Amino acid sequence: MPIEILMPALSPTMEEGTLSKWLKKEGDSVKSGDVIAEIETDKATMEVEAIDDGKIGKLLIPEGSQNVKVNTPIAVLLADGEDASAASAAPAKDEHGVPEAAKNGSGEAGSAPAASAGAAPAAPAAIKTEIANDPDIPAGTEFVTMTVREALRDAMAEEMRRDADVFVIGEEVAEYQGAYKITQGLLQEFGADRVIDTPITEHGFAGLATGAALAGLKPIVEFMTFNFAMQAIDQIINSAAKTLYMSGGQLGASIVFRGPNGAASRVGAQHSQDYSAWYSQIPGLKVVVPYTAADAKGLLKAAIRDPNPVVFLENEMVYGHSFEVPKLDDFVLPIGKARIHKAGKDVTIVSFGIGMSYAIKAAEQLAAEGIDAEVIDLRTLRPLDIDTVIASVKKTGRCVTVEEGWPQNSVGSEIASQLMEKAFDYLDAPVLKVTGKDVPMPYAANLEKLALPNVGEVIAAVKAVTYR
Amino acid sequence: MAVAKSQVSSKAATTDGRKPAARAAKAASARTAGAKPSIAEFSRDEELAAYREMLLIRRFEEKAGQMYGMGLIHGFCHLYIGQEAVVVGMQMAIRTGEDQVITGYRDHGHMLATGMDAKGVMAELTGRRDGYSRGKGGSMHMFSIEKQFFGGHGIVGAQVSLGTGLAFANRYRKNDRVSLTYFGDGAANQGQVYESFNMAELWKLPVIYIIENNRYAMGTSVSRSSAQTDFSKRGLSFNIPGEQVDGMDVRAVRAAGERAVEWCRAGKGPYILEMQTYRYRGHSMSDPAKYRSKDEVQKMRTEHDPIEQVRLRLIDKGWASEDDLKKVDAEVRDIVNEAADFAQNSPEPDASELWTDILK
Repeated sequence: MPIEILMPALSPTMEEGTLSKWLKKEGDSVKSGDVIAEIETDKATMEVEAIDDGKIGKLLIPEGSQNVKVNTPIAVLLADGEDASAASAAPAKDEHGVPEAAKNGSGEAGSAPAASAGAAPAAPAAIKTEIANDPDIPAGTEFVTMTVREALRDAMAEEMRRDADVFVIGEEVAEYQGAYKITQGLLQEFGADRVIDTPITEHGFAGLATGAALAGLKPIVEFMTFNFAMQAIDQIINSAAKTLYMSGGQLGASIVFRGPNGAASRVGAQHSQDYSAWYSQIPGLKVVVPYTAADAKGLLKAAIRDPNPVVFLENEMVYGHSFEVPKLDDFVLPIGKARIHKAGKDVTIVSFGIGMSYAIKAAEQLAAEGIDAEVIDLRTLRPLDIDTVIASVKKTGRCVTVEEGWPQNSVGSEIASQLMEKAFDYLDAPVLKVTGKDVPMPYAANLEKLALPNVGEVIAAVKAVTYR
Repeated sequence: MAVAKSQVSSKAATTDGRKPAARAAKAASARTAGAKPSIAEFSRDEELAAYREMLLIRRFEEKAGQMYGMGLIHGFCHLYIGQEAVVVGMQMAIRTGEDQVITGYRDHGHMLATGMDAKGVMAELTGRRDGYSRGKGGSMHMFSIEKQFFGGHGIVGAQVSLGTGLAFANRYRKNDRVSLTYFGDGAANQGQVYESFNMAELWKLPVIYIIENNRYAMGTSVSRSSAQTDFSKRGLSFNIPGEQVDGMDVRAVRAAGERAVEWCRAGKGPYILEMQTYRYRGHSMSDPAKYRSKDEVQKMRTEHDPIEQVRLRLIDKGWASEDDLKKVDAEVRDIVNEAADFAQNSPEPDASELWTDILK
């Protein structure tokens, strides 16, 4: 019976990829272990090996095809004695022929936080965000669609062109082109002196980069993920954040610590922590958590120029999402300013980073039910633009916060506390927090889904504070 | 490649099939008592300058200890008494104001050696507005961009990565400056030290790691804390050359410093100097130093005191009379007393200072 070869998932977050090259053609014999194709994911170009022996009956997906979904049949392998006519019948078996295990594989990608309860699962690439109402973008600006990944890379490249003191340092940032391909092409443009691969030595290179910053350079430190930055947190806080104060203003560090933060998908407890609240507590740091590609670009450029240490928290799940980004020669956004993502009058939903994906979907569904939510993207957690939140709550009288981090001492806790102090008389209901659950991140798909917040929880919280 | 290499690198060189450098054998014997390899011959002016500098540190620290007892200095205060030859000798080997200096919390001596003003240092110890950090840093946190002194760091070992970063900046800018990165025998057991060694050698960064081995990591002796007590070998697996140096002899320090500086400026990467030294006082002001005998301290003071060694040479050679040296002592005491008065009379920082210098 012909065997279907399926588009494999080659990383925890891969949902689709480019079939860049076939290394076998129809009629070729293959043995288990032979490389049959090259597939480009959002992270790397990977070789695909045959699992079974046989003869290539049919190539179902031509090379060069982009956005091939995981588990799509890409070729048919014939066993001895079978002929191509059997292969042509294979696609018809699509619905039933795919083994259950492979379907589960597909479900893995689908268990991403974006696909949450009650929400129609949408392909990440399809998410587009209106940002035209950002007052920091001049009216009449032309926009281009790009992913968060591209926006981050462009921000770094533009700033490196502008200032020779800016360099990138971290694990796999150069030759590998970035573990998540954020630094793609930078080595080629700027050379090995400015795009520096480190050993696996977070504590050491964070300290080294901070020392270079004290000497006046402007390092961009990429942590492969912020989970690993916990090894380096002493240097980030004790050395980078406090030196300006300890030196009476003499000596500071202009440095950016950036990388993916928070849960990715199915990578377990040690690789899934959200540090937003941690860093947001530290005086001497600025903390930026962008959601859209435009904010990622404009705020990363601002962070690199900032004379202070900036912790720039990205999210792996969002890297591949596309947004409209202003087409400006030098698009820099102010750090410390929240953005009203969607105006509304009934309730204020405050979020940041990937939390915005839940907030936005919830607001859309609530609109259908006649609840007009105002959605605020904090964008920066330190300094916290509480004024924008207060102004909104004075209008709506209700507030729900949304984040993936843990509930105790969360960003939402801080917002709730400040609203109680500064807008108590305007509140018509207690502030409610929607957060990740108070547990280490589990691996199992169903448990992971339960551990993360979801759109349904945001909707439920909004209905509670609006007494619906 | 005629530059001196240590026993560490020369061993590596031998296994490489290369010829060990001439001075390696001398350096190897540095551990043995009495052997003083490659001591720089000082001129009269150099001896006098070293004497004065070391005495300034000694008297300054004595005064600081006294003021601590009077309740004028608070918190942590780690005195440098006994170790003066290390910073003074090293500073004589570098270009002050160009080459960078960074250290841990026992930092008053380093600041004075780089030429930072005693008044500003003492006023920081008293937490006053004329202190180097306007009273906001304290004993462990002072800086001077002018003197290229980068602190003053309170987390043991953190300055090693930072100092490696200063060297990285030198290489990035393609200048020939060198980073003097000081740490103690205690810090030498921190993980990030070795992370830094690895990158420094990998990228040939111009950093001299100066391990001030004063034999005690707080109250834990080297033999109780270190599997490898020869700190010059701590860079062995990274191929970083190292030497053990008589850190009580300012001439030996300078000579070793010059070898290391030459190595770094030539683009050969990092260098380790283990300075065998001794602190006379406790770890901090609150340490009665019960972990060692009074005899041990007394023996170091009488037989190896770095200042006394210079004083005797000056007298022996007829380069200075007792009266000349008393005059130097009086000048130094004046500087220190002036600093103490200044530090007590400088006002406390304005309350508004609480909220400044958090962000630029």
